[in-house]
Amino acid sequence: MTAGSRMIASVVAVVLIAGAAATFAITWRPAIAAIDPPAAGAFDPALVKRGRELAALGNCNDCHTVKGGASLAGGLPVPTPFGTIYSSNITPDPETGIGRWPEAAFRRAMRSGVNRDGQHLYPTFPYDHFTNVSDEDDTALYAFLMTRPAIHAPARENQLPFPLDQRVTIAGWKLLFLRRGGYQPDASKSPEWNRGAYLVEGLAHCGACHTPRNGFGAERTNAQFAGGDVDNWQAFAINAQSPAPIPWTTQALFSYLRQGWQADHGTARGPMAEVVSNLSSVDESDVRAIATYMASVFGAPSPDHIRQGEAVLAQAKSPAAETAPATDNATGAAIYAAACATCHEGGRALPYGGVHLGLSTALSGPDARNAANIVLSGVRAVAGERSPIMPGFADSMNDVQVTALLKFLRARFSNQPPWNDVVKTVAEARQTQTVFLQTSPGPNNAPANATQREKP
Amino acid sequence: MMTLKVNGQDHQIDADPDTPLLYVLRDDLKLNAAKFGCGLGQCGSCTVIVDGKAVLSCVTPLLLLEGKQITTLEGLGTIETPAPIQRAFMEEQAAQCGYCIAGMMMRAQALLQRNPKPTDAQIRAEMEPNLCRCGTHMRILRAVHRAARLLDTADASPAVHGSAQ
Repeated sequence: MTAGSRMIASVVAVVLIAGAAATFAITWRPAIAAIDPPAAGAFDPALVKRGRELAALGNCNDCHTVKGGASLAGGLPVPTPFGTIYSSNITPDPETGIGRWPEAAFRRAMRSGVNRDGQHLYPTFPYDHFTNVSDEDDTALYAFLMTRPAIHAPARENQLPFPLDQRVTIAGWKLLFLRRGGYQPDASKSPEWNRGAYLVEGLAHCGACHTPRNGFGAERTNAQFAGGDVDNWQAFAINAQSPAPIPWTTQALFSYLRQGWQADHGTARGPMAEVVSNLSSVDESDVRAIATYMASVFGAPSPDHIRQGEAVLAQAKSPAAETAPATDNATGAAIYAAACATCHEGGRALPYGGVHLGLSTALSGPDARNAANIVLSGVRAVAGERSPIMPGFADSMNDVQVTALLKFLRARFSNQPPWNDVVKTVAEARQTQTVFLQTSPGPNNAPANATQREKP
Repeated sequence: MMTLKVNGQDHQIDADPDTPLLYVLRDDLKLNAAKFGCGLGQCGSCTVIVDGKAVLSCVTPLLLLEGKQITTLEGLGTIETPAPIQRAFMEEQAAQCGYCIAGMMMRAQALLQRNPKPTDAQIRAEMEPNLCRCGTHMRILRAVHRAARLLDTADASPAVHGSAQ
């Protein structure tokens, strides 16, 4: 070996060792010692109660519960562009849940996505948001989770291709996309606004669905709240790009989030149904804070948007004066007239009447997914509440007929250009709905808002 | 003019394509088992079976029924020889005022054709769109279970048209 090649070899060796050391430093996390599961009585009931509300704000039960299964016992398949990841058991079961986790391990998981053993967690668990949750709130959440019934439910194996099945890759993802540091209040804004921002950016993790993701599955920070995808539903843009025909106001957002529907906008369906169901059970002031912050994210509507909104509302309130415009889509028009108009143009406001479709964000949104999902599966009644209800038409219309209907609705009720490839959207929606209906006892109910119960 | 296949027979119907099936069944064909309840697809009293599936006939326009097999309660059994689902509802005394019961039976029939041994939870989930104001739900549930047992025995295979079996 020459002196030159010896030098190259030693440089390579140094680089490799340094690289390995750096990788180790970045990826390795120590295990935190297991504890004996604390007795439920060891936690202050007031703290547990606070934790319950926080868990509802965080929508924890939605991902960590299989439909119809034991609450928080995990096992829900979460489809991602990279493969299927199963949610974990966060009940205090000592073997399969978090029963042996000390609070420090729970806080580390929330803060930086590492489990008690020191393994990196996939960011389907939205620790990119939960890193903003305060120590105090983590303590309350921990108290709540550790006092739930322990369910023995072993983790299911994720279905990911190599190398994504290697958890060290997550460390690289975190280097690129996990911004730690907690929520920094904005002193120029009101306490209510700051409370809302803390919740939205943190525990409520609204951006997890409503912000589009990049090729690495991370939220695109330069397109925050510009709309995303979840479970074959579109999570609409909830910023200035919102496709809602009527501009959202703080009060409208509050009603929608609190009761699951709002007369000028419609009904929360799909994955949002679970969110509003949870929000109906938390402190009203937190929902108001979220509405206040989100209204500022939407921003003040343009004069054009306001004018358009007023025109649509005027039309919706006097549908009799409206003459049906000519259409070359006779099938769609006839289906609408026979199957939809009796409710949607009956002149009754939500929840008893159907929303006038001119107000529907689903019809002015960028694709037909949400409208197709609703036409096929309908909107189920919420037990014991006054709530919107709509029959599903999956069994009475074929894909061609649903497509004709959707094209008609788009042309008649939005001022947007026609959707592309509606027939494909409908076929996919039917496939998803079929799977959904076979694997779950029923769509999640929208909220059970006790204040609505006594009303007519 | 269109051809409507109801209970195994072809009928020539002269009506607008957006006419709800329920109106044609009751007014033209005099098949009065399916009831007009809300007219909005919210109560289920108008339920019939189309190609094996429970469909709300009040919000199903004729143009959706081209070439499809429609079954009403009249197509399941008669007073003299009631179908298993009808026998089961009678034996369990599942009707109070009876207005919802034809729709209930049709939805239950569609379920049993697809799933001959449904669990209690499956029956409840399936029957959810159909309302009963008298509150005979517990008897209706028992009747559906009984119908499943009757259908399981040899004597009781109904002549159902348009089933998805």
